[in-house]
Amino acid sequence: MIKKVRPHLNQDEALLFERSSPGKRAYQLRGLDVPDVDPAAALGASHVRAEIEHFPEVSEVEAIRHFTKLSTQNYAIDYGMYPLGSCTMKYNPRINELVARTEGIAWAHPYQPESLAQGCLQVLAALESALIEICGMDAVTLQPAAGAHGEWTGIMLIRALLESRGNPRKRILVPDSAHGTNPATAAMTGYAVENIASNDRGMIDLAALDRAANDEIAALMVTNPSTLGIFEENIMKAAEILHSRGALVYMDGANMNALVGLARPGDFGIDVMHLNLHKTFSTPHGGGGPGAGPVAVKKELDAFLPVPRLKRLGETLALDYDRPQSIGKVRAYYGNFGVLVRALAYILAHGGPGLRNATLDAILNANYIRKQLEPYYDLPYKSPSMHECVFSDDLQSAKGVRTGDIAKRLIDYGFHPYTVSFPLIVRGALMIEPTETESKMELDLFIDAMISIAKEVENEPETVLKAPHLTRTSRVDEVTAARKPILRWTPPAEG
Amino acid sequence: MYSDQYRYTKEHEWVLVDGPTGTVGITHHAQSELGDIVYVDLPKAGALVTQGKAMGSVESVKAVSDIYSPVTGEVVEVNNALVTAPEKLNEDPHGQAWLVKVKLSSPDEVNGLMSASDYQSYIGAS
Amino acid sequence: MRYLPKSDSERRQMLDAIGAGSLDELVAHLPATARLNRPLAIAPGKSEYEIVDYFRGAGERNAAGYASFLGAGVYSHYRPVLVDVVASRGEFLTSYTPYQAEIAQGTLTTIFEFQTMICQLTGMDVANASMYDGSTAVPEAAMMAIRITGRSRILISRAVHPEYRAVLECHARNQQMPVEEFGYDAATGASDLVDLEKKLNAETAAVIIQNPNFFGNLEQVKAAAELAHKHGAMLAVVFTEAVSLGLLEPPREADIVCGELQSFAISPSYGGPYAGIIAAKEKYLRQMPGRLVGQTKDSRGNRAFCLTLSTREQHIRREKATSNICTNQALVALMATVFMTVYGKEGLRELARQNLSKAHYLAGKLNPRFTAPFFHEFVVNTGKRSPAEINSKLLERKIIGGLDLERFYPELKGHMLLCATEMAKRKDMDAVAEVLNA
Repeated sequence: MIKKVRPHLNQDEALLFERSSPGKRAYQLRGLDVPDVDPAAALGASHVRAEIEHFPEVSEVEAIRHFTKLSTQNYAIDYGMYPLGSCTMKYNPRINELVARTEGIAWAHPYQPESLAQGCLQVLAALESALIEICGMDAVTLQPAAGAHGEWTGIMLIRALLESRGNPRKRILVPDSAHGTNPATAAMTGYAVENIASNDRGMIDLAALDRAANDEIAALMVTNPSTLGIFEENIMKAAEILHSRGALVYMDGANMNALVGLARPGDFGIDVMHLNLHKTFSTPHGGGGPGAGPVAVKKELDAFLPVPRLKRLGETLALDYDRPQSIGKVRAYYGNFGVLVRALAYILAHGGPGLRNATLDAILNANYIRKQLEPYYDLPYKSPSMHECVFSDDLQSAKGVRTGDIAKRLIDYGFHPYTVSFPLIVRGALMIEPTETESKMELDLFIDAMISIAKEVENEPETVLKAPHLTRTSRVDEVTAARKPILRWTPPAEG
Repeated sequence: MYSDQYRYTKEHEWVLVDGPTGTVGITHHAQSELGDIVYVDLPKAGALVTQGKAMGSVESVKAVSDIYSPVTGEVVEVNNALVTAPEKLNEDPHGQAWLVKVKLSSPDEVNGLMSASDYQSYIGAS
Repeated sequence: MRYLPKSDSERRQMLDAIGAGSLDELVAHLPATARLNRPLAIAPGKSEYEIVDYFRGAGERNAAGYASFLGAGVYSHYRPVLVDVVASRGEFLTSYTPYQAEIAQGTLTTIFEFQTMICQLTGMDVANASMYDGSTAVPEAAMMAIRITGRSRILISRAVHPEYRAVLECHARNQQMPVEEFGYDAATGASDLVDLEKKLNAETAAVIIQNPNFFGNLEQVKAAAELAHKHGAMLAVVFTEAVSLGLLEPPREADIVCGELQSFAISPSYGGPYAGIIAAKEKYLRQMPGRLVGQTKDSRGNRAFCLTLSTREQHIRREKATSNICTNQALVALMATVFMTVYGKEGLRELARQNLSKAHYLAGKLNPRFTAPFFHEFVVNTGKRSPAEINSKLLERKIIGGLDLERFYPELKGHMLLCATEMAKRKDMDAVAEVLNA
């Protein structure tokens, strides 16, 4: 039975271009206090464009209704649980939004004199030291714009260190449970990728690792806990193997929400790692960005970090560009500063003890779901779960129902789907990460929904196969979208 | 469905040899595994292809697979109709939806490919 | 803690259901040597008003209350109220990437509108759903050109934003992508097309110029395109000042346009987050990086939108992906979409014209170093006094002056880059002129 949602009226909305009519406006500029300049005279007529064809012309009232109506067609954390595994969709505190708009911060120009940017530099320094403490590393760069960008930066750092030792080496080892970005990143930094299989407990196979780790290997890219939500119990031995061969260990910090305050990558052998501030540190996902992907390193990699670095000159902070071994600039300026502000606000709100409590609640939630759903869904790996649990659709596929169908049916029950078909080492995976954000009541509703769907699969599989039934938009035709791409609005043909 | 005239690869391509030229396509089994095909990327006429090496790719909504050339030689003709109508690969993979025609530089190498009955037992077994 | 929605008795009930005695028991399997056996050395949690105070204090240590003539890739424009009203809606702010189209039509529709408006502005046929920022869009455009042409060499103008060039250089290092620079004309301040022609060869995949360029000057886009095309190379045009597109002829002759949307209601925010874009001619669609939203129908026949052509992306193609980028900057792109909606066809033109008028008023009182037409930024020689001296005089008047160009262009020692947007007040511009002309 569906307990969380009932249909309500939801208004249709035309595209902006269909609402436009010449002369409507939603702006008024201040009168000029200087003489008006004729563009053609100042720039030359050939540099001046004619009108921007078909650009919107709507009033302020229509503009706000347009975006408000569209917003109601989205699911969001503010409506409820978002059990996307590996995505850590947690509550986005609104105080973070408020402080990011503090005038002296939001309007700070990246080139304003350092003497007039001490507040920004103070924020960067405070976040750097908090992340260093959380990760157990020696230094951190806050510049990468997102997780994948952090990965890329991290592997560039590894390459730079190995080059300084005389040989950048050729390949990177990636476990078969890895995120798809890991091999893409290795390829983009000029490394070939070598996959290593997991053992039957879903962990790195030390024997296979030992065989693979020869002197052509630059690094192992590992996710810990793995994408199965399992802590790599042999991570320290794995690191020892790599280190003994002159290679490094990179950690994808996507699952750091399972570790904050409990265990520190720097203490278990990791040399380089990135964090996703939009996952672990609560900055909003915003429908797909912006994020931030700081990279933390051990001291032997410090010299290679992107410029500029913060340095302290007595009481003041400064930006240091004089770093001859640096890999250079991974993006303009100093990173997604506004995102960094939000992450620091989150850390301040929780404090050290609070961060650990959040981690424990996230683990409690995942284990509660695992326990309650285990009678209904196949659990391929029985190792203890950290912050997420991964089921397979083994029991349901016998009825022709796959993980993607169950996910779509979950929408009818008022939930966003879990992560579908990932990690790839589980056939038909259901990857569920509740985060610490969910109350017991919300978790119980979710568990109820999942059990109810499992029963539907037994009794009325068609209901699941054709889901969702209750949404204003039913299943969309992705095949036609890809075969005949329409990627922009164009005016209807005349007549 | 699997004509005895064609030879087949383990990567699910077929080739039909007619004198100096081989016509290449993907098998019915391949299109069925991929599902709705939305795009196909083919070599240009004049390109050199090598047996067993990737010569293009074929995409469904959520997957992409390389196409491996069953033969070595020069591409002499490309089935450009597939660019605008990739769905033909689902409808008629062994006929209308051939991919390229290749002028064979070592015609004997097709002897190493599977016969129709071998291919059928291969896909039955896998 | 206020972000954790459970009482201790609820935790107890959940632990009982699991069959665990305590929370710590749930993590007892972690290897002892890997565990942190002390509390994190981070102060205990703070209240909302302590957090507000902390950041207000930080803001006050910055330059609040100053007039500024800094541009150089980051511009001060008015942010319409509607922008934050829309971007603060939880449905946009707290939603995930719109993979589940049935419950993400809000985000998908706005991205489709965004792609459309970027095409209209740039004169290109297709635009993606945004990139990290303008600087990282440059190497993405370069790699796109390399994939399309099968060549490997990039030629970039020295009049492109120096930090963008540094980012390209950093990306190029590991990808067998030789990058060479060509100069700018010392008199006009526009790219030196003679130098460009000398350096173009059969290995050149792309020529990259910025318009208006870093000095604020307009480039000869059409001539640069003809040169590039004559040698079988592509032309990529970068912009850092999106407002200029309200008035300037778009780079229609380019093959790829990439740029930065910070000017469209994105706070300067000490360098980010911003949103970059890549747009291109239709025929290059398959080689574009980044997310794309397409129009289709749902099973009931209604218009609907979904992410499409995702096989180009890293999570499917893995080591063969066109880029390793996963995120776009959806929320920032949404802000830009609201900005474009508020100003619209007439407003963007009028806004751009105000920028032009302000900057030309200021330039009229000074002596710009270069002769090429400029939009709202220009270079001046500071004469006997250094830019630092001028700027410290201006700071006394609560004005942040121009960027000292020596940092990026040693040959422009004694020059600064000044920018005036619609936010510049006449009295402050008069003060800048007075100090510079003293």
